[in-house]
Amino acid sequence: MTSEQRTAAPATRVELPPEESTLDATALTSLPSGRALLEPHRIALMAVGAGIVFCAAWFLRWDWLPNYAGAIVSGVGVTLLMLASTSVLGFFLAVPLGLVQVTGPWWLSLPAQGFCTIIRGTPLLLQLWLLYYGLGSLFPQFPEIRQSFLWPYLREAWPYGVAALTLSFAAYEGEVMRGAFTGVPRGELEAARAYGMSRWKLFWRIWLPRAVHRALPTLNGETVLQLKATPLVATITVIDVYAVISKVRQVTFLTYEPLLLLALIYLILTALLVAAFRYFEKRIPTRSA
Amino acid sequence: MTERAEAIAVRDLCKRFGALEVLKGISLTAREGEVIAIIGGSGSGKSTFLRCINMLEVPSSGSVAIRGEEIALRSDRRGGLVPSDRRQVQRLRARLGMVFQSFNLWQHMTIIQNVIEAPMHVLGVPRAEAIERGEALLRRVGLFDKRDVYPAFLSGGQQQRAAIARALAIQPHAMLFDEPTSALDPELVGEVLGVIGDLAKEQRTMILVTHEMKFARDVASHIVFLAHGVIEEQGPPEQIFGDPKSELLKKFISSSH
Ligand SMILES: Nc1ncnc2c1ncn2[C@@H]1O[C@H](COP(=O)(O)OP(=O)(O)OP(=O)(O)O)[C@@H](O)[C@H]1O
Ligand SMILES: [Mg+2]
Repeated sequence: MTSEQRTAAPATRVELPPEESTLDATALTSLPSGRALLEPHRIALMAVGAGIVFCAAWFLRWDWLPNYAGAIVSGVGVTLLMLASTSVLGFFLAVPLGLVQVTGPWWLSLPAQGFCTIIRGTPLLLQLWLLYYGLGSLFPQFPEIRQSFLWPYLREAWPYGVAALTLSFAAYEGEVMRGAFTGVPRGELEAARAYGMSRWKLFWRIWLPRAVHRALPTLNGETVLQLKATPLVATITVIDVYAVISKVRQVTFLTYEPLLLLALIYLILTALLVAAFRYFEKRIPTRSA
Repeated sequence: MTERAEAIAVRDLCKRFGALEVLKGISLTAREGEVIAIIGGSGSGKSTFLRCINMLEVPSSGSVAIRGEEIALRSDRRGGLVPSDRRQVQRLRARLGMVFQSFNLWQHMTIIQNVIEAPMHVLGVPRAEAIERGEALLRRVGLFDKRDVYPAFLSGGQQQRAAIARALAIQPHAMLFDEPTSALDPELVGEVLGVIGDLAKEQRTMILVTHEMKFARDVASHIVFLAHGVIEEQGPPEQIFGDPKSELLKKFISSSH
């Protein structure tokens, strides 16, 4: 799934960054710009869309909506919290995971590589259940854990959801960052050394920002995927927006309406994510060769 | 006339890459204000020599001293040398302005950010002062209007001039140029050589690796011809180009026209 950022080994000649927003190629993760909205095929599509919205509003039942609006909003809140916390935490894990694979000694890079391979090679749902039903049922057997200050949290479901989603994000992003670190032209790192930077400074001032910048388009796509992985936590009793909608369907016996709303909610969240990433990508323009 | 102080002194420098012996005992002194041009065929070890001066490449044996301060080296487990004091190397590097063939500007920073980076974050110059000096340098290399542009949007010649401003910004004791015009389109070479020529005129200490023979002849006070890892011949430009002694040098000069 993760498109590895395998850029060709940077040549010694003028290195123009090839990282023109890769998004534009992938439909759902890109947004058309204002002017492009006026192209004929877009206008036609918008008309179709408006038709669908009209039919949905006219022929389907929406009277249940006010009753559940509060629950849905709080569900969206939980989903967003899951997404934000796990992608931020996951990213902080991903940076060292990627870095040690590029420069670390074997006893760091090998475990990192193993971690990424295993997590990426198994279904997220499996990992989630292993953590929740496996670890979660082991913990109560240890009195030390039951008496620790962590116990009130470990009894709940969400920490396991956060843990599983974080580890998964870290593994995929670890791969992305590995590629991004490798792809930073050697000459730029060499210039940093030649100007007397310590390794620490070189990393924080040059290598990391440069790698993150390179990785942004990929990170964008990965974060959208992460958003769409969050409903899995509903399977371990976390009440995210997906869980709320499932509940609505059970109670109201409605099939389509809640699902349509759910789709709309995820679409809007995705659009917001893409817009946010695009803002950051634009802050440092790269030349489209 | 009193001898000027030694800015860079290299003694018996050898460098091996595995079995390949690239530099076989090179001694060279650059005094304050001297412009030394290093010429020689491809693969003769010019870049390697330059990179040994600021320890981007660690010599296999020999010594390098900057302004009389010798860079401390010790042998490592595998029998090679490593700097014994990383801090010393960083401190000395921070006063050697290196200009690369491929510019190596930091692409995630604007031109002015590139220029103030080392002064601020290595030398600890306050931001306002770094910017003021940086802007003066950009004006001097004719890039003031590009101060907030990212390097990818500049031509090669502009990038190299920005890289020279970056090197000047650390107020270097000496400048090291490694073929600064080799990656440029022919029509852009002139603007960069112009800037370097001006620097030579103000008596900055410079070591310059170049394939531009005419330029070397015009600006250098001393020419070093490197061949097969040794200094085959050296002397003032008139002698090197007007009356070369060694066969290799004669061949090299006639082939580079
Ligand atoms: N890091 C390295 N590892 C192995 N061999 C190297 C390394 N760097 C340089 N060499 C070799 O050392 C020799 C001298 O290289 P160097 O780059 O110093 O030559 P040069 O005189 O600068 O040539 P050019 O004019 O092409 O730039 C070459 O044969 C090169 O292949
Ligand atoms: Mg070279």
